[in-house]
Amino acid sequence: MDRLTEYLFPKQVSTFAQDIDNLFYFIFYTSLALLAIVTFGMIYLAIKYRFKKNDEVRLTSSTDHNSILESSFVIIPLILVSITFVWGIKSYLNMVTVPNDAIEIKVTGQSWFWTFDYPEGGSTLNELVVPSGVPIKIVLSSKDVLHSFYIPVMRAKMDVLPNRYNVMWFDARHEGIYPIFCTEYCGTGHSQMNAQVVVMNPKQYNVWLAEAGSEDDDLPLDELGAKLYSKKACITCHTLDGSPLVGPSYLQTSQMWGQERVFDDGSSATIDDNYIRNSILEPQSQIVAGYQGVMPTYQGLLNDRELDALIAFLKTLKEDSEI
Amino acid sequence: MSDNHHNNYLTYPKGIMSWLLTLDHKRIGLMYLFGGMFFFFLAGVIALGMRLALATPEADFITNDQYNSMYTLHGAIMIFLFIIPAIPGALGNILLPLMLGARDVAFPRLNLFSFYLYSLGAVFVIYTILAGGVDTGWTFYTPYSTSSTTNVIPMTLGIFIIGFSSILTGLNFIATIHKMRIKGLTWYKLPLFVWALYGTSLVQITATPVIAITMVLLILERLLGIGIFDPALGGDPVLFQHFFWFYSHPAVYIMILPAFGIISEIIPVHSRKKIWGYKFIAYSTLSIAFIGFLVWGHHMFTSGQSVFSQIVFSFITYFVGIPTGIKIFSWMLTMYKGQVSFTPPMLYALSFLFLFTIGGLTGIFLGAVALDIHLHDTYFVVAHFHYVMQGGTIIAFLGGLHHWWPKSFGAMYNQTIANICAIGVFVSFNGTFFPQFLLGLRGMPRRYATYAQEYADIHSYSTFWSGILGLSIFIAVVNLLWSLRKNNKLDPGTNPWGALTMEWTHTTSPPHPHNFEEEPVLTHGPYDYDKVLVKPTLKRK
Amino acid sequence: MSHDKSSPDFLYHHFYDVNQQYETSKLGMWAFILTEVLTFGALFVAYTIYRAWNPDMFINANLLLDVNKGLLNTIVLIGSSLTMALAIWAIQLKKKKLSLVMLFVTFICAAIFLGIKYLEYEHKFHLGQLPGEYYSYMGPEIAHMNNPHIFFSIYFIMTGLHGLHVAIGMGLIAWLMVLTARDKLHSAYYTPMELVGIFWHLVDIIWIFLFPLFYLIG
Ligand code: HEA
Ligand code: HEA
Ligand code: HEC
Ligand code: CUA
Ligand SMILES: [Cu+2]
Repeated sequence: MDRLTEYLFPKQVSTFAQDIDNLFYFIFYTSLALLAIVTFGMIYLAIKYRFKKNDEVRLTSSTDHNSILESSFVIIPLILVSITFVWGIKSYLNMVTVPNDAIEIKVTGQSWFWTFDYPEGGSTLNELVVPSGVPIKIVLSSKDVLHSFYIPVMRAKMDVLPNRYNVMWFDARHEGIYPIFCTEYCGTGHSQMNAQVVVMNPKQYNVWLAEAGSEDDDLPLDELGAKLYSKKACITCHTLDGSPLVGPSYLQTSQMWGQERVFDDGSSATIDDNYIRNSILEPQSQIVAGYQGVMPTYQGLLNDRELDALIAFLKTLKEDSEI
Repeated sequence: MSDNHHNNYLTYPKGIMSWLLTLDHKRIGLMYLFGGMFFFFLAGVIALGMRLALATPEADFITNDQYNSMYTLHGAIMIFLFIIPAIPGALGNILLPLMLGARDVAFPRLNLFSFYLYSLGAVFVIYTILAGGVDTGWTFYTPYSTSSTTNVIPMTLGIFIIGFSSILTGLNFIATIHKMRIKGLTWYKLPLFVWALYGTSLVQITATPVIAITMVLLILERLLGIGIFDPALGGDPVLFQHFFWFYSHPAVYIMILPAFGIISEIIPVHSRKKIWGYKFIAYSTLSIAFIGFLVWGHHMFTSGQSVFSQIVFSFITYFVGIPTGIKIFSWMLTMYKGQVSFTPPMLYALSFLFLFTIGGLTGIFLGAVALDIHLHDTYFVVAHFHYVMQGGTIIAFLGGLHHWWPKSFGAMYNQTIANICAIGVFVSFNGTFFPQFLLGLRGMPRRYATYAQEYADIHSYSTFWSGILGLSIFIAVVNLLWSLRKNNKLDPGTNPWGALTMEWTHTTSPPHPHNFEEEPVLTHGPYDYDKVLVKPTLKRK
Repeated sequence: MSHDKSSPDFLYHHFYDVNQQYETSKLGMWAFILTEVLTFGALFVAYTIYRAWNPDMFINANLLLDVNKGLLNTIVLIGSSLTMALAIWAIQLKKKKLSLVMLFVTFICAAIFLGIKYLEYEHKFHLGQLPGEYYSYMGPEIAHMNNPHIFFSIYFIMTGLHGLHVAIGMGLIAWLMVLTARDKLHSAYYTPMELVGIFWHLVDIIWIFLFPLFYLIG
């Protein structure tokens, strides 16, 4: 059973994962039995009563019902269904009753990345950090279209809506790093709208909370920029190889350094540090011609050092490509 | 039988206009058949393209946007242009009046009008493709669909128009079944295919208006920003989901009930045996149609509905399984003490039993709300619905096509090739879609153009088999078409399966333009294989 | 397989007799009415939901509609339902002229209905009480209320769809007048008139629901 579980399912990390997998097994084995009845019954009857080469075409039996058999078609499924229902509801109620002592983390979905806001202040992008063994309440909302927040190892999923807060919770038992997916179609970057959940032991978590982000302090600017480029989800819309995606490629921006950028309203500006900074903080103010104004603002999500890092990183691209 | 060309609806009257303006249900049925097959082919080829892109985790030769557009078109065309309108439109039209002993459906002009509405809708959909596609998924969830820059309006307009076509067909069939039966053909003497069409039509006329109005609201939302579904304007996107699924869940029974009907015809004929539990099958059709209206919420288990609704929808969902199970067991038991021949239609029917049972039972997994939270919008759902739609409806449709082909065209295909294709479809279908259950359990989300490395092996395996699947269906269809060549005509009196329903015993193959040369008189029930012996005959002209 | 010589010319070839044809047409019409009810049903659901969510806004927005015009329209439409029924009654009794007159009155009532509707719409357009994004009215009745544009969206969609039905009905009634004048309809065969009659009563009944929901309950 354990080997099978390992093969069929992602790791069972949340407290209720095992219960849900067991519900699966119950339905699975009863279904297997029903399927076996249908399949073997069918093969047996088809072969036993097959029309053989030398048979005469003849009138056949008029048997077309059997009350006992027929009532069992209704009663047995009814029993199975009732068990499934009771079990299913028990598991479900378990999944929706959030413990009172849960830590509340606010999750915001936006095309196409996730932001996590922690109760003690501080926020992360595309990386949810939680302590193990403590119930976590996730409060979800969206800034634009629908998304859905899915952590396979927790067996937990909930739609993320723009006009209301949805709630889910889990209690992680095993430390580790696991994937998070967006499972409601949300446009071009839907399949890249991934994140990670990092489950730490509570001690580490507290340390992490205290010095969130500071580990990057001694990285050189351009290296930090390269790291942020993927960590802050710029990668979902901007490539480094010159091919446009949702937004212009960084390589192009870098190569056009000092030249004029034309916007969709016909105006233009020179690409320089200020322009880049403005593009990141107020992307809607100047929209590059040929693109749509879908870039989200990073106001409040990046500090000054991080902005500098991204700009430094962008500038290096041109040099790299010239070699 | 006299051999003048007046007694064959295919050759009389002549000329292209006589087809385009025909009021003959059989000809209209054929036009639906070829229209539907065209779109099946188109959406199938798109699917193979998607599978190719999914063979590796990266989006190799297409962009995300192209992939998103492809799966939307694949799903929407399969559903709105092929299985909902074309299967009842084709087989239903060709067979219904023949099975009732009627000269035509109740409203022949309406029938033709309905076909042209379908064509008009199809034009919009084709326009959508040429104009660059649409990327919302076949479910058109707001607010993405109100903000997407792709061609949402032509697509939804097309669906709106096809919805009308579907309503009119349903209305026509209901009136036909009620009022056009010949004397003595009481409800319990109807072939079960007719019962199935009756259930289908009831769902069509009651559910389709809701999707029609929903599409209108969506279009207005895009054009005028009416604010009903758009949260930015105070509207509620979840209301859209309720409206959409209030139609689209019953719509899955529009897709499967005709297939049930086909299976109820094929199995008794090819087992030469009275059908097991006639009344049970007939009533289970109606109860499925009815219960089907009460379960739409099971598509919204993660939308944040109230806990109470979740439980109620989950509860009712299970109950659809019971009448369906009755049918499955009855079909199986029909073979008991019969004479089972392994003809192409029968092979399709047997694979239907196996595949649909898997598809239906996995529906029960999804109906269990606690489990669905893990499985929703993963490949488990994709596998479920391909098992019921392709493994169920399409397989039954292919079986029905092989069963009634000699009737409709007066020609017989190569049965050995057809049998090999039937087995090929069965094996490669399982090869393509069974692995997707595993993908889903392991957490692979659907509608993903790119995905994590860990899913790569299973995906490429699925892709491999999808190629064989496409090939098998293709050869099966070519085999059918090849039988239409000259000098391959059957004697008009041929009844290759020894079937007892009226379309076989009371008219020629292909039938007379007015269906029956004389007013038919009911002589026996549709499944009286214990009383009436008709020997299978297969004579070439 | 054609009918014997005595079969009337209005009998389509695929029916066995007149009665079968009549019954079939009627059943078809009723099935159609069912789909209409469901179409409007979906909109009534939308109305109910938004009303439940924004009760105050609905009550206040409701004050912006003109009850008198609405009442007048209700009377006109009920009257037309009556004349429609009379037209059928007259043709059964072979009173062709009377039947034509009644159809004409029905037609005129429908036109009056649309005329009044036009005035109402016109006034609302003028004030900016428009659906959705185009809404701009900020009068005192409605100030501080959430999303009044949704009320007007639903109002325009429902009354607009109903108005469309009235317009289609006018076309059908005109067609009936032509048929009757040319003696295509007579006491032995008036099915089309009966079917349009059913349709017209439906249009009337839908209005009888729309009127209180939008104009009266506050
Ligand atoms: C032909 C179409 C068809 C049919 C017939 C069905 C049949 C059923 N479907 Fe399926 N379904 C779809 C097409 C169909 N479905 C589609 C297209 C989607 C996805 C839409 C989208 O999101 O894009 C979907 C999605 C879907 C979901 C939502 C999943 C999700 O998005 O999270 C659910 C959940 O409950 C579900 C359940 C069922 C059930 C319970 C049945 C039942 O009717 C099955 C009944 C049959 C059996 C149960 C088997 C035979 C019975 C026995 C052998 C007897 C014993 C039975 C018992 C003990 C119960 N379906
Ligand atoms: C009737 C319904 C139907 C059918 C039959 C199919 C058939 C197939 N489907 Fe599809 N599918 C859907 C309905 C259907 N699908 C829906 C509704 C969705 C969801 C969309 C959404 O998410 O919005 C979907 C989604 C979907 C996905 C998931 C995409 C995603 O979520 O990212 C995948 C991936 O593998 C897939 C694959 C296939 C394949 C390989 C086939 C193959 O079986 C196809 C094989 C057939 C052919 C290759 C054609 C055969 C050839 C002929 C008929 C020739 C005859 C003609 C002449 C000779 C002239 N489908
Ligand atoms: C949702 C997609 C998306 C994400 C995520 C995104 N961008 Fe953008 N970006 C765009 C689009 C679209 C444009 C072009 C339109 C515009 O100017 O607003 C753009 C333009 C820019 C420009 C101007 C480029 C030029 O050549 O003129 C810069 C600089 C930029 N983005 C930086 C970033 C940085 C840094 C990040 C991450 C911290 C980021 N973007 C994340 C979509 C995105
Ligand atoms: Cu966000 Cu998909
Ligand atoms: Cu469903």
